[in-house]
Amino acid sequence: MLLHLYAVIVAVATAVLIFAGGLVTSTGSGLSVPDWPTTYGWNMFTFPLEKMVGGIRFEHSHRLIASGVGFLIVMLAIWLRLAEPRRLVRRLGYIALAAVITQGILGGITVLWFLPDPISIAHASLAQLVFCLTISIALMTSPGWKRGYVSHGAMPDDRPLQAVALATTALVYLQIVVGATMRHTDAGLAIPDFPLAFGQLLPPTWDGKIAVHFAHRVGALVVTLFAIATTGHVFYHHRSRPELWRPSALLLVLLAVQITLGALTVLTQRQFIVNSLHVVTGASVLATSLVLTLRTRRARFDTNAGSKEQDPAYGLPMDVRRAGPIGPADPIGSVRGRA
Amino acid sequence: MTALLRFSLALVAAGSIACGGGTPQETASAPAPAVSNPVDPATAGGLTGSIKLEGTPPASETINRRSDPYCEQLGEARTQNFVVSNGGLQNVFVYVKDGLGQMKFPVPTTAVVLDQQGCTYAPRVFGIQAGQPLEILNSDETLHNIHALPMNNREFNRGQALKGLKHTHVFTTAEVMVPFKCDVHNWMNAWVGVLDHPFYAVSGTGGGFAIQNLPPGTYTIEAWHEKLGAQTQMVTIGPKETKELSFTFKL
Repeated sequence: MLLHLYAVIVAVATAVLIFAGGLVTSTGSGLSVPDWPTTYGWNMFTFPLEKMVGGIRFEHSHRLIASGVGFLIVMLAIWLRLAEPRRLVRRLGYIALAAVITQGILGGITVLWFLPDPISIAHASLAQLVFCLTISIALMTSPGWKRGYVSHGAMPDDRPLQAVALATTALVYLQIVVGATMRHTDAGLAIPDFPLAFGQLLPPTWDGKIAVHFAHRVGALVVTLFAIATTGHVFYHHRSRPELWRPSALLLVLLAVQITLGALTVLTQRQFIVNSLHVVTGASVLATSLVLTLRTRRARFDTNAGSKEQDPAYGLPMDVRRAGPIGPADPIGSVRGRA
Repeated sequence: MTALLRFSLALVAAGSIACGGGTPQETASAPAPAVSNPVDPATAGGLTGSIKLEGTPPASETINRRSDPYCEQLGEARTQNFVVSNGGLQNVFVYVKDGLGQMKFPVPTTAVVLDQQGCTYAPRVFGIQAGQPLEILNSDETLHNIHALPMNNREFNRGQALKGLKHTHVFTTAEVMVPFKCDVHNWMNAWVGVLDHPFYAVSGTGGGFAIQNLPPGTYTIEAWHEKLGAQTQMVTIGPKETKELSFTFKL
């Protein structure tokens, strides 16, 4: 339980980091600290607080928070290595560690190379993957996941739901990558009005920036349709399962907030708080969709992981594992793996 | 292996022929030889004039400098996009865009100074010759980063954390204009025109400018403003002649 709590803290910290990163780009502060990993020649952690002025407040804070999240993920990977019996979850910890290190290097490179678009977009996109990894670990270490959500009967293996939920998550991620491209190519106001484009349904004129911006708007529509299809399916077929309808409801709420923030970003000429909230809410939409997707596949995870590892104590806390052999009455889904 | 070597040699030879590899005589016309320091004081003329602004410029706005207590305590600062007095527009970069042919001019060794003072750049618009040192100075008791965003020269971004710090940079290629910005203080902007000759000026109070020691000839003169873009005019300067030229920007 402590491990799960810690994983949740890491995931929340990662969301805060994404918001801080959004503030850096929204205020145009990405190059306010020209050097890396030092800050104006100081060691990052000894940079005087009184010198954190102007854009440095955003960029240096982002670096400090990133260092903190990096440390938290290192500890998480170690904790998982020591205490987590499931190979998949341990591996997620290692991948998260590798991803956050890569993310830090990308962040440094993008500063030293004057924010080249591909590196900055990769930095923004990888941030979302790091967040997804921390969310996945938090979910998979949760008591509900470990129990297999059996309190409302056996978890259904609903293939259509799994497919549409997975497609929704993939589309949300793609939409975020397009959004990152829009941000880093300065196309956020390429279409200055909303909901129309230059007063029309379709832009009367096209260039690269307008195309990226318009793709992001179309993407929002597509994501919304898929999210409605997913949640509609859940509400119709699985309304008795809180582990499915709760993230579904949250997904719809977050999506509504996100679209509103997107519109406000344009209408306020990219006001930096609104713009940054749009970034972190996008990450929250992705995380919620991912949680829903993973939960729809909970039964598959049992089978797949168990068959590879042949671990009869799959999903059990270490203290239970250490207590001895598991009896046939054990409610854990891993019993299936032994049968 | 030998066959591979032969094939490679044949490929290189074919490539040379296809790409037009050959002697310089094959080009349509050889460029005229460069003339070093071609200004003859006995015949040199000049250009004077003014930059006018038609229309009412947007009122300057107070800059919010609360993000840095040092800058805030310096007092109110206003935007400087349009500095107009008596109908004349200041901070317009005027230069000889074309007409100097292959003439080469000595590069001054004296540095042009760009100062960060009072959380603003001084000067806001200026010129420099390619190869001439640019000394960037921090006269403020706060941090600045000096970030140049050229298209043809090398981009650079240097931090100056302490008052009195200097950084010298040399632009290698002519480029009009190279913007500077401070990412710490997002209201700080400056522009430099990098040229391979000394015939440029920046309009001062009232919009006046003067370019001196110009060899006789016919030139394209361009006037550039940070918000209003560029205008060009042709002018012919005779020996010892000083021509008047005025540009009018419209809002």
